[in-house]
Amino acid sequence: MKLDNIYQEEKKSNFAKVSEIIITMASRPSGFIGLSILIFHVILAFISPYIAPYDFKAINPTLMLQAPSAEYWFGTDDLGRDVFTRTILGGRTALTITFFGSLIALLWGGLLGIFCGLVGGKTDDIVMRIVDAFLSIPWILAMLLIVSLLGTSTEVLIPALGFFYGKGIVRVARAATHDVIAKDFIVSARARGHSNFSIIWNEIIPNVRDAILVEGAMRWSWMLLGFSSLSFLGFGVSPPTPDWGLMISNARGLMSFAYWSVIAPIVGLSSLIIGINLTADAFAKALGIDRSTKAPV
Amino acid sequence: MTEIIQKVKNLSIGFKSKKGEEILILRNISTNIKKGETVGIVGESGSGKSTLALAMMGYVKHGLYTIGGECEFNSSNLLKMKNRDLEKIRGRKIAMIPQNAGQALTPNLKIGYQIDEALQLHSDLKEEEREQKISELLNKVRLPSPETIALRYPHELSGGQQQRVAVAMALAGTPDLLLLDEPTTGLDVTTQAHVLELLNFIAKDTGTSMVYVSHDLGAIAQVSDRIIVMYSGEIVLEGPSRDILKKPIHPYTYGLLKSIPKLSLAGLPQSMPGSQPQPGAMHRGCSFFDRCNFSEEKCKNNSPQLEYLKELNTSVRCFNYKSLMNDSQVNQTVNKIKTSLQDKEILNLSEVSISYAKQKLLDQVLNRISDDNPTVKDININIKKGETIALVGESGSGKSTILKSIAGLLRTKGGIIKFDQNRNLSSDLKERDPNDLRIIQLIFQNPDESLNPNHTVEEIIAQPLKLYFGLKGEELKKNIIDLLQKVRLGEFYMSRYPRQLSGGEKQRVAVARAFAAKPDIILCDEVTSALDVSVQAAVLNLLQQLKEDFGTTYIFVSHDLAVVRAISDRVAVLYQGRLCEVGPSKDVYQFPSHPYTEVLLGAVLEPDPDIKPKLVAEDIVEEKPPQKGCSFQGRCSRILGDICKSEVPPWQITNSGNSIRCHIPLKELQKDQIN
Repeated sequence: MKLDNIYQEEKKSNFAKVSEIIITMASRPSGFIGLSILIFHVILAFISPYIAPYDFKAINPTLMLQAPSAEYWFGTDDLGRDVFTRTILGGRTALTITFFGSLIALLWGGLLGIFCGLVGGKTDDIVMRIVDAFLSIPWILAMLLIVSLLGTSTEVLIPALGFFYGKGIVRVARAATHDVIAKDFIVSARARGHSNFSIIWNEIIPNVRDAILVEGAMRWSWMLLGFSSLSFLGFGVSPPTPDWGLMISNARGLMSFAYWSVIAPIVGLSSLIIGINLTADAFAKALGIDRSTKAPV
Repeated sequence: MTEIIQKVKNLSIGFKSKKGEEILILRNISTNIKKGETVGIVGESGSGKSTLALAMMGYVKHGLYTIGGECEFNSSNLLKMKNRDLEKIRGRKIAMIPQNAGQALTPNLKIGYQIDEALQLHSDLKEEEREQKISELLNKVRLPSPETIALRYPHELSGGQQQRVAVAMALAGTPDLLLLDEPTTGLDVTTQAHVLELLNFIAKDTGTSMVYVSHDLGAIAQVSDRIIVMYSGEIVLEGPSRDILKKPIHPYTYGLLKSIPKLSLAGLPQSMPGSQPQPGAMHRGCSFFDRCNFSEEKCKNNSPQLEYLKELNTSVRCFNYKSLMNDSQVNQTVNKIKTSLQDKEILNLSEVSISYAKQKLLDQVLNRISDDNPTVKDININIKKGETIALVGESGSGKSTILKSIAGLLRTKGGIIKFDQNRNLSSDLKERDPNDLRIIQLIFQNPDESLNPNHTVEEIIAQPLKLYFGLKGEELKKNIIDLLQKVRLGEFYMSRYPRQLSGGEKQRVAVARAFAAKPDIILCDEVTSALDVSVQAAVLNLLQQLKEDFGTTYIFVSHDLAVVRAISDRVAVLYQGRLCEVGPSKDVYQFPSHPYTEVLLGAVLEPDPDIKPKLVAEDIVEEKPPQKGCSFQGRCSRILGDICKSEVPPWQITNSGNSIRCHIPLKELQKDQIN
């Protein structure tokens, strides 16, 4: 309950605050599951090159479409490559690109949203209409256009994804700012004559930070799905680099007789997305942003 | 003996803290509500008064749970009942009137429909009968032309009218018990007086028992037969209303009554030290121990029991009530305010007008505001250095708007605001230089909103120091400690967040932040209205002390005339953005006065059952000031005729130097005025 805050006397260090939030998150079953899945995937992404049992690109025609066995845990694909090796490696690119993509989305979306919320008026109107216009373009078409023009390198994918997923954050950041700017402490800072920059940095960001972070975490999972869709269509990661989206795309024709080669990447991708979503939910609850409380009576 | 409707027995309600401790919000409450009586429950915020009222209708807030005891209504315990059974009682037998009727009414349903809904649920009337009952109910709560009101939406009614509709809905089920949770707190003084009068009438007319919860002893005094005083989750005093208000025998009530500013008494009331303990913080001893002037050694470790005194029909929780019994009446002593008035003029508003009207395209291009009937008009005030001038009026009178313009937050439409006789303050914040901004500082109504919840006290006070004086490091820290000491807060407050402070402490931090800029003028916007009465007096005393130390000028906005009387040297009464009366406060509070001042003064509620509010004018709400003539023409009970409607009244000056803007000659004005 909120009332407990009264009893916490002294100012806490940032480390103590973060660890308290993580502990609160893990204290709920859903938060614990989400965090565990996410941490598992992150650790896997770091160590997978060292634990992978086979070479991910070693093609062996004699081993085509082997069912799971003690030797090949998840079986082999149509080119005789080990599906287990490719699955544990398959999340790395997606995780890295979308992580940095979300950071970019968070940064530009958050700052622009706060700025629009603060200045309001004409600037706000114009910027928001532009954002609306971009929101109305199907992102996958726009992404395909960008990728086919500029290529599928990481340097293109990260900013492009960051841009397209930041638009939604603009709205959230702007709405969160609107909740804050009506408060008297902003009026007070204005009356003292602080600059817009100082007001954003000192007064607004500490109050909207949590809402934007939660939104960013949500965007991360969507972006992951979006990136995998790009790979699925052949515009994300280029072969032979292992990637879940690409693996699903390659193996989907064989589903009827070699289900293992498609199930493994699907489980990998969906578990990561579920993990991020559950974590983001628990994060929101731990910060007290999630207001889904029981109705009275 | 009359019949008892509700019996509360040893009720304790609380919650579990994170550490698993049981924290009590209500501690062992026992009381009875008799048929036909009105019981006032009074206490500071956090004393558990609302929790008690809600428990009386079998509702415990989410997160709280019943630890022990029962609320018996018609010999069944409400707290153990199933929701289905409670539904039959709520509305039909026990009805609730909430604090904010505007939020309690569904915004997109018509008033008539909402009352009809209540009737369908809580009565067995047929459709035709219901229709008649609706207008009957609306008539009963004295709403003009019930037929048209029934067709309106809640937002088309004023706050007072909305509250009346809420009363009508509560009466739909002809309840035996009516619970009112601060029903008049958000309303204007005049509206408040009218609603209270209505409640009194309904209590008499229907014989309904009422439980009236409020922090305002003035309102409680007007309606209740019996008063329950709560402190820190306990009943500390319970007895007949008159005895409690005239001869309080509990030190808390005694101190509370002393700390309320009164109209009849100029000067600041005495404040009560400290604040109410947080729930769960009390472990042993009397909960009022550290604020009590009558405490002894035994109060520290032993909790007094509620003792029933037969001869007074009063229950009291104090070891030393006898010493208060001898101390006959509440002798209010006030700290006389010293004025260090200088002749030097510090701020001059001449012909100031402010408009909220939307600019047309042409006006935007030409950068001007064209509005022939602006929200605020013709404001001429000279403010002398070291003076406290108060702007009073109901909501919508433009008092806060004027403050905003002085602070530069709102552009003026016309007129000049001049500082120190020669410096013109430009109306736009961006065009003022930093020094112009420094000399005028604001203190806001609600410290919860005016302090950034994510900043520590140190960061909050550091802001003006860094901005205006560029202080850093040790020097900055020294200055902050210095300022905290001036507002009577210790150094250890520096690392706290606003949520860890009580309301009074938060407001002190806000005061410290305003003084950090070393301003010449401080604008106080309803600075005490969000505070508890016992804390209010302390903040007022602090402001006065700081003013004497620094020679600061205050412009004080308030709707509370008693507070204004206590602190101000001069008063300006505003109606609809136009000045009605300006003068030294001791003269404004005497007659003759402007008819509107008379209305305002008549509606003030005093914590004394013998002083009834005088309702002079109707509580109509006007949305726009009239195009021509006197601003008060719509509600004035002494209107002369066409002249009031066509010509702006002239300023008339009384012998004492009090200016009144009215067509009625001064001698005539004095006649028939109630005094």
